[in-house]
Amino acid sequence: MSAVTVETLGTVPPATTTGTTTGTPTVRAPRAIPPRTPTSRILAVELRKMFDTRSGFWLLASIGITAVLATAAVIIFAPDDQVTYDNFGAAIGVPIAILLPMIAILSVTSEWSQRSGLTTFTLVPHRARVIQAKLVVSVGIGVVSMLVAFAVGALGNLLGAAITGNDVVWDISLAHMGYIVLANVLGMLVGFMLGVLVRNSAGAIVGYFVYSFVLPGLSMLLAANARWFEDLQLWVDFNFAQGALFNGEMTGEAWAQLGTAGLIWLVIPLAVGLGLVLRSEVK
Amino acid sequence: MSALSPMWQEASQRQAPAMITVESLSKSYRGFTAVDDVSFTAHAGRVTGFLGPNGAGKSTSMRIVVGLTPASSGTATVLGRRFADLPDPGREVGVLLDASAQHAGRTGREILTIAQQTMGLARSRVDDMLDLVSLSSTEAERRVRNYSLGMRQRLGIATALIGDPEVLILDEPANGLDPAGIRWMRDLLRGYADAGGTVLLSSHLLHEIEVIADDLVVIGHGRIVAHGTKAELLAAAGTVVRSADVAGLTTALEAAGLSPTAYDGGALRTDADPSLVGTIALAAGVALTELRSADGAGLEEMFLELTSDTQREGAAA
Repeated sequence: MSAVTVETLGTVPPATTTGTTTGTPTVRAPRAIPPRTPTSRILAVELRKMFDTRSGFWLLASIGITAVLATAAVIIFAPDDQVTYDNFGAAIGVPIAILLPMIAILSVTSEWSQRSGLTTFTLVPHRARVIQAKLVVSVGIGVVSMLVAFAVGALGNLLGAAITGNDVVWDISLAHMGYIVLANVLGMLVGFMLGVLVRNSAGAIVGYFVYSFVLPGLSMLLAANARWFEDLQLWVDFNFAQGALFNGEMTGEAWAQLGTAGLIWLVIPLAVGLGLVLRSEVK
Repeated sequence: MSALSPMWQEASQRQAPAMITVESLSKSYRGFTAVDDVSFTAHAGRVTGFLGPNGAGKSTSMRIVVGLTPASSGTATVLGRRFADLPDPGREVGVLLDASAQHAGRTGREILTIAQQTMGLARSRVDDMLDLVSLSSTEAERRVRNYSLGMRQRLGIATALIGDPEVLILDEPANGLDPAGIRWMRDLLRGYADAGGTVLLSSHLLHEIEVIADDLVVIGHGRIVAHGTKAELLAAAGTVVRSADVAGLTTALEAAGLSPTAYDGGALRTDADPSLVGTIALAAGVALTELRSADGAGLEEMFLELTSDTQREGAAA
């Protein structure tokens, strides 16, 4: 079926003649234009690309592994009255909250840092479609990972209660679970945002740690020392605003604060990053 | 070499449709012009060689053609359309810009599978392509970080060809290949063009391009310095003549109205054809030690001139 017929030419044509074509070259009949690459195919390929390297595979696997380890740690180390679903959730949540953004970062930055973007963006010459697919796949992985984590935590909770002999304590409401999933998806979007903004794996990962661990500390310090910032903090500190999601205390005001802080720290930089991705040179 | 007249070449080139058209392409980075008003075409059934020293603007031009780098001005179309307007580009245009630009952690087979799935091709295409570029199944299971540059080039060619495209755009595909690999690549591309395909390939090595290309586009400092069929560019070369009595020969040639120039250590080069130069030398009684048509000498000189500015060796030309 291949039109690429490889003829092995008997002799190397001398440099002074123009090869062996002496007649008119075969002019192929005009070919049918193939249909547009469907989005489903781009999604499937981007999903595959998240698993098909050793680093990608182990990053995803480590979500399951750390969930199991954290669950085991709660059963082994927590005092009997602390073996509750909430504590399993908290123990599992910490490593996942760090791992998910890494997955989102690498899905974007590897195209630049590993330079595979040269192929990706010539096979699909619409960067917005590829980035969109990465975003959908990342969020999908985030949600599925959280469901897996909750399931592992639930098993741990049952197992823990069986070992301690206490009643099983289900102290996370369904709504609260939803908030936690949302908080993790937001964390993942932060990673994604840093990925499109920095487009370099190491840089974006460092950026993420500054963003999540250095900035909140500075914000706390400023709030403790400057009165004018104390009230403002609730509205502009994204990390602080997400605290309510993890605690499951979402009032109307908390949503508004999440919105304003998210606009400043996620939506605007994400928009800038997307603009850069669409316009920058892929080298 | 005149078996194929330039006239005939011209005619055949005109008949074949232009598959890649680049018009007045320019690209400047703050205060530096990488590509300066570049125009050329590449035709079906022909191998078009894009020749220029390192840093001349070849790769930038090719990246602009496939839409990875935005042009400052000018247009580039492939198959009559902007690259971004190709609905499933891999099935119409095979592209290899840098064989090393792959995720080092993927296996060769995985990289081909990603291309196969992106284009929605039959799974068997992956094995077909591995066979075509002679990567064994053990090699295909290895991660690309363990590949030699030659193996990466083969994998890159496989990725470019997997969608059965009618146009190939290859940036320095022979880099890192051993002599047998270069020969293999040359035969592959010749066969591809003879079957009606269009090939645009770049190189910074004159000889490499000379043995494969039908048409040449020579670029230096971001500008096109020569453009035409290989026959035309080579035919313009004239004669190389050598004698123990260089001064006497020079005088005789100048007396006959020619303007010889020094060439390659003691020889002279003129635009006249060898029979005329021989006649002049005989009449002047100058004994010649060498008389030949200077195939490619003009091209080589032009190319050396282009490279001499950037070469660290200094005045090589």
